[in-house]
Amino acid sequence: MTLIDKAADLPAPRSEPDSGPLLEVRDLHVEFRTNEGVAKAVNGVSYSVSAGETLAVLGESGSGKSVTAQTIMGILDIPPGKITKGEILYRGQDLLKMSSEQRRKIRGRKIAMIFQDALSALNPVFSVGYQLGEMYRKHQGASRKEAKARAIELMDRVRIPAAKQRVGDYPHQFSGGMRQRIMIAMAMALEPDLIIADEPTTALDVTVQAQVMELLAELQREYNMGLILITHDMGVVADVSDKIAVMYAGRIVETAPVHELYRRPAHPYTKGLLNSIPRLDQKGQELYVIKGLPPTLTNIPPGCAFQPRCPMAQDVCRTDIPPLYEVKDADDRAMPGRGSACHFWKETLDG
Amino acid sequence: MGRYLVRRLLQAIPVLLGATLIIFLLVFALSGDPLQALAGDRRLSPAVAAQLREQYHLDDPWYVQYWYYMSGVFSGDFGETYTGREVSEIMSERFPVTLKLTGLAFLIEAVLGVLAGVLAALRKGKFLDQLVLLSTLLLISIPIFVLGSVLQLMVGVKWDLLPVTYKDEESFTSLLMPAFVLASISTAYLARLMRTSLMESMRADYVRTAVAKGLRRERVIGRHAVRTALIPVVTYLGYDLGSLMGGAIITEQIFNIPGVGSQLFQSVYLREQTTVVGFVTVLILVYIAANLLVDILYAVLDPRIRYD
Amino acid sequence: MTDPTAAPTMPAPGTTDGADEQAKSERVASLWSDARRDLVRNPIFLISAVIILGLIVLSVAPQLFTERSPYEKGFCQLSNSMEPPKSGHPFGYDVQGCDVYTRTIYGARNSVIVGILTSAMTSMVGGVLGLIAGLRGGWVDTVLSRITEIFFAIPLMLGGLLFLSMFDTGNVYTVALILMVLGWPSVFRIMRGAVLSNKHNDYVIAARALGAGTWRIATRHVLPNAIAPVIVLSTINLGIYISAEAALSYLGIGVQSPNISWGLMIADAQSRFLNHPHMLLYPSLFLSVTVLAFIMLGDAVRDALDPKLR
Repeated sequence: MTLIDKAADLPAPRSEPDSGPLLEVRDLHVEFRTNEGVAKAVNGVSYSVSAGETLAVLGESGSGKSVTAQTIMGILDIPPGKITKGEILYRGQDLLKMSSEQRRKIRGRKIAMIFQDALSALNPVFSVGYQLGEMYRKHQGASRKEAKARAIELMDRVRIPAAKQRVGDYPHQFSGGMRQRIMIAMAMALEPDLIIADEPTTALDVTVQAQVMELLAELQREYNMGLILITHDMGVVADVSDKIAVMYAGRIVETAPVHELYRRPAHPYTKGLLNSIPRLDQKGQELYVIKGLPPTLTNIPPGCAFQPRCPMAQDVCRTDIPPLYEVKDADDRAMPGRGSACHFWKETLDG
Repeated sequence: MGRYLVRRLLQAIPVLLGATLIIFLLVFALSGDPLQALAGDRRLSPAVAAQLREQYHLDDPWYVQYWYYMSGVFSGDFGETYTGREVSEIMSERFPVTLKLTGLAFLIEAVLGVLAGVLAALRKGKFLDQLVLLSTLLLISIPIFVLGSVLQLMVGVKWDLLPVTYKDEESFTSLLMPAFVLASISTAYLARLMRTSLMESMRADYVRTAVAKGLRRERVIGRHAVRTALIPVVTYLGYDLGSLMGGAIITEQIFNIPGVGSQLFQSVYLREQTTVVGFVTVLILVYIAANLLVDILYAVLDPRIRYD
Repeated sequence: MTDPTAAPTMPAPGTTDGADEQAKSERVASLWSDARRDLVRNPIFLISAVIILGLIVLSVAPQLFTERSPYEKGFCQLSNSMEPPKSGHPFGYDVQGCDVYTRTIYGARNSVIVGILTSAMTSMVGGVLGLIAGLRGGWVDTVLSRITEIFFAIPLMLGGLLFLSMFDTGNVYTVALILMVLGWPSVFRIMRGAVLSNKHNDYVIAARALGAGTWRIATRHVLPNAIAPVIVLSTINLGIYISAEAALSYLGIGVQSPNISWGLMIADAQSRFLNHPHMLLYPSLFLSVTVLAFIMLGDAVRDALDPKLR
């Protein structure tokens, strides 16, 4: 099979002008069958990313943000996982309807992923050069020698010092920050359209976090890639992302352009999250905490999933699941890109 | 690496000395008067007895005897039996047979064990997996001598498929069944080890990464999962190399194989002390060498292991 | 000479947070109660437990199952030699004309005694020495560890052959003693490893910082966490020791006549298997099922106690 043949059954390359988003998730539902019952991990998530755009998906652990990402990537463990409903459109084509071979060709080449813990995500018994070179050898048929040369190039590009000498080293011989750079390099190897970064800096020291984020943002700009940044850290999000989707109990509870969300949250959960960030100008005051715990996914409360913890909850919240309302300005002008799954979004926005 | 090896070798010395000393004391100090065994029914004249005592250092304390013995061993002299045969000569007859037997058993173990383990892991929870789990459980719990004698009588006598006992001229075919019997328990353990090890590595993050890289399933499993899963399997195999030889006693008894095990058995019965100590010393040496090999292999297989 | 134990999936003792004692004891308690809950739901555990219970009843009160005793006068009648099974004698007769059923029933006792005695003794000796080596460290640890390696270097069957040839008569107690001498190092190794990995946990360091003495640390903090892998190993070893006793007896160096042992019965029946399979079949079956039951029990206990598999 030649390279041209291979390209033929892939969606259109990046150079072609295309309308619409790069990736669009529509009403995705994912469940896990466990001993304790069915855990509804993702309950109707929809979001989209365009080329050059960064979407931050924010949520606590168990909110379904990583499961959504794994489903997009096609690395969800099935079983116990099960996709019960929804579409994932990549350049207009539904990934979930593709053959496993078609999906495999998209993985790594068109959509790549960066994992949280690079030490366990890299194979301990192969050198980093081998693992980077594997991308070229298996996707582009490069020889071992070529692959090694290009692995060194990649390591240079993610600014690993002395790349040439270190290409034969093993993952455990690198520092945490360097390992995460290698993960980034691996994702970047084939210049994909979209990168999904699942908590890329959580395992790192605070000083290194900033450097790694910066590198990621820089490379994204350079290649005009779409980026889905999954995190629970509101601090990471602000500088690099364009828009934010906040997830809670497998649902998106609020979407907004990044700065608007920080300025005027339209969901009590987002508001709580923002209030619980320690701030210098509020020194001496007690830090706000969202009371209670996130729900167990086998037993999500009726109505709005957040209502048992919500300071604004009313009777309606316990019976009706709020849809993602379009958020409007005080003078009823639509605010583009904004939505809130709260019956009292207006009150929250103004309050 | 060099320094690590030297240290490992140095650590092996007390083990070798300690183990041989235990065997030496057990065999020499606690068994009857060797002259009696040597003389049999004859009565020795006091002069001859004294001369023999002198020759075999029988009047010296045990540690001097041990010293004489070990210095002999290290210069390749394992002493003589009471009938005047060189022990090293008996060894050169017996060890090749046992080496063939254990070599064959080792091969069966490695191939069958790894294959069964990999298949079971890939078909986790399915029929094949259950079959492997059940059959290995049976192999582990059926005592080797029951398996050996039943196989011998069914395959060898009743169906006449393979030779019943060892024959020098057709050593391969006549060793096939004994090798299988000898390997049975180890194979079962190895298959289970391979299965759990591969299942564990298939759940590992780096295998998920390999999938996310867009690699084919064959490569994800064959390269990324199996490579790490093999580490404990290979080390287990290495240790087994040493213990298969020592464990061949029963198999050699059943199939009447003139190897190390049956020689030892015989010599213990005849209170043929020099032979016993000599053979056991070599077996312990083999065990220690196999362990050293495993240590080195382990460091080669797993780059995370440091040499210091 | 690092680790030749055959069971590489030994449970790693729990290693988590919790600097205060209460959290730790709760964790240990929940490990055991979780394990108990897992066990009673595990069919493999239930089956093997029932078999083992039956075996214990057999060995404590064999007269419940057969009216005759193999030790009584006139039990064996040469005229019955190798008679096939018939009513009242479901397993037939052996070469000596003894009832195979009665002998098989009475054979259970020796196997169970060897298994339990050896396992208990190895756990005691290996466990205590392992605890001392792990806690004291230093030269004590070095010396004990070297001694272990020496014993590891002597293969079980070979060592059994040499040690047992010292005794004039073999019975269950000599066999158990020798198996203990050869078997304690495996328990030692597991115990020492478990102690070492627990010793450096935060809660132990915290206890030491609070002034707890060595003895208190050993009994209250380290032992409860290190005991689980030892229990698993000892359960699995039970089956292995029973099998080893049978093998030694089979070779003629273990339990000897007139004592009854399944291994001995199998050795006697072996050459006549083709024409008189019943003589070999029943003792083999009992032996295999016994070993199987203990190994399955050990497996089930390990699965229940291994937090990694949860």
